[in-house]
Amino acid sequence: MCDTIATLIWKDLVAETRTKEVFLTGVPFALLILVIFNFAIDVGADRAAEVGAGILWITFTFAGVLGVARSFADERDRGTLEGLLLAPIERSAVYLAKTLVNILFMAVIELVTVPAFVLLFNVEVAWLDLLVVALCGTVGFAGVGTLVAAMVANARSREVLLPLLLLPLQVPVLIASVKATAIVMGAHTEQSWPWMSLLVGYDVVLVAAAVLVFEYVVEE
Amino acid sequence: MIQRTLVAEPPLDDHAPELERVAALEARGVWAGFGDRQVLTGVDLTLEVGARLALIGSNGSGKTTLLRVLAGALRPTSGEVSIFSHSFSKNQRAARASVGVLGHQSYLYPELTAAENLTFYARLYRVQRCAERVDQMLEVVGLSHRRSDRVGTLSRGMVQRLALARAVVHDPPLLLLDEPDDGLDERSSSTLEAVLSTGAAAPRTILLTTHDLENALRFGDNVAVLHGGQVAAHRSTSSLGVAGLRAWYAAIAAQPRSAARQLVGQPAGTSF
Repeated sequence: MCDTIATLIWKDLVAETRTKEVFLTGVPFALLILVIFNFAIDVGADRAAEVGAGILWITFTFAGVLGVARSFADERDRGTLEGLLLAPIERSAVYLAKTLVNILFMAVIELVTVPAFVLLFNVEVAWLDLLVVALCGTVGFAGVGTLVAAMVANARSREVLLPLLLLPLQVPVLIASVKATAIVMGAHTEQSWPWMSLLVGYDVVLVAAAVLVFEYVVEE
Repeated sequence: MIQRTLVAEPPLDDHAPELERVAALEARGVWAGFGDRQVLTGVDLTLEVGARLALIGSNGSGKTTLLRVLAGALRPTSGEVSIFSHSFSKNQRAARASVGVLGHQSYLYPELTAAENLTFYARLYRVQRCAERVDQMLEVVGLSHRRSDRVGTLSRGMVQRLALARAVVHDPPLLLLDEPDDGLDERSSSTLEAVLSTGAAAPRTILLTTHDLENALRFGDNVAVLHGGQVAAHRSTSSLGVAGLRAWYAAIAAQPRSAARQLVGQPAGTSF
């Protein structure tokens, strides 16, 4: 199964390096959101960490929706998803590969966005702690996002349906991610581990459930 | 309802391996449709190893739906499909590994090159000596000189030839081809025969749909008509010319669906 996942990831990465569709839309979009928030909200030094954490995750979420939306939409439109489903591979391998690719794409966007965020909002960041929080939040986001993207890929109004279905499911991930991010940026003195535990638990349950149901989601 | 069992027999072949002991493809009582509309209404079909069956029928008769069900792309409403005794409901990975499918879509990625597309599918099907096989298939379909070009830059005919190569890159013993001649010019269509016969370790079993009666005669040992959601009639293509096939097909297609369905009452197990 690992070979299959690696092959599927290789295919998506080669395609992305040629078209740069996700990178060229996701990164400018994320930076634009940050700039707009920077103009729209006057974040004082005392509230920068608390408000900034929310702004950061709103940015990740909106940019992330763009990325996950493409996961299955292109495959459906070109008919290549059927080619994948006809191959003698575990269908969950398709889900896991797409999820890992989405995590990777979001990580690239985050790597560009976070330094810009630090500069624009003038906040102190514990980089390593933020990296762990961002990774856990991204896994949760991409895990659910990939499944929902597969669910709506056949729908005519999938661009609207995807955020409508995805964002309510993301509420626990977003709350935990924002709270943990605020803590690692020094907004509160409390420990971040209760939120991190919630985040990790949610990630595990969601990805496991998605692996189990994916076969039925893509079956005609 | 009495169902007709269509048994496509292979041409006589004395080097047939053990595979001949089981049917390459067996469909029993297949019903399939979309919403309330049933497109297939109890298709029974058996292809012995090495058989070549050309399936013809008017637009909307269900040829593509039948092929998608047989390939495992579409779950039937009821009925069972087995590939070399591997049922899709019980052992779908083994069933899929034995089938090569060429559908209306090429299943190719426009951003990847011709060679990368074949390599990708060869890896998914766990083809041994992958690079060698990819080179071989590019040679067979005459695209070696375009191996490093992205599929998005190839002409429609080239994409169709590459899709053929993709369908057989894992050397499947059973091929399901939905209008494989579509988009091929006269010269290119000669590569189809080459692709169908390249690299098969055992007699390859082929089920193809076509609107071109000449190609039905060229590629099929037997021809069957899908009409009224069922296999309404079938016959051997030996000693049958295009004019004869056209007259025979026209006579069947002219019947209303209900009349075609009455044909189902013919004795089961008809061989041809």
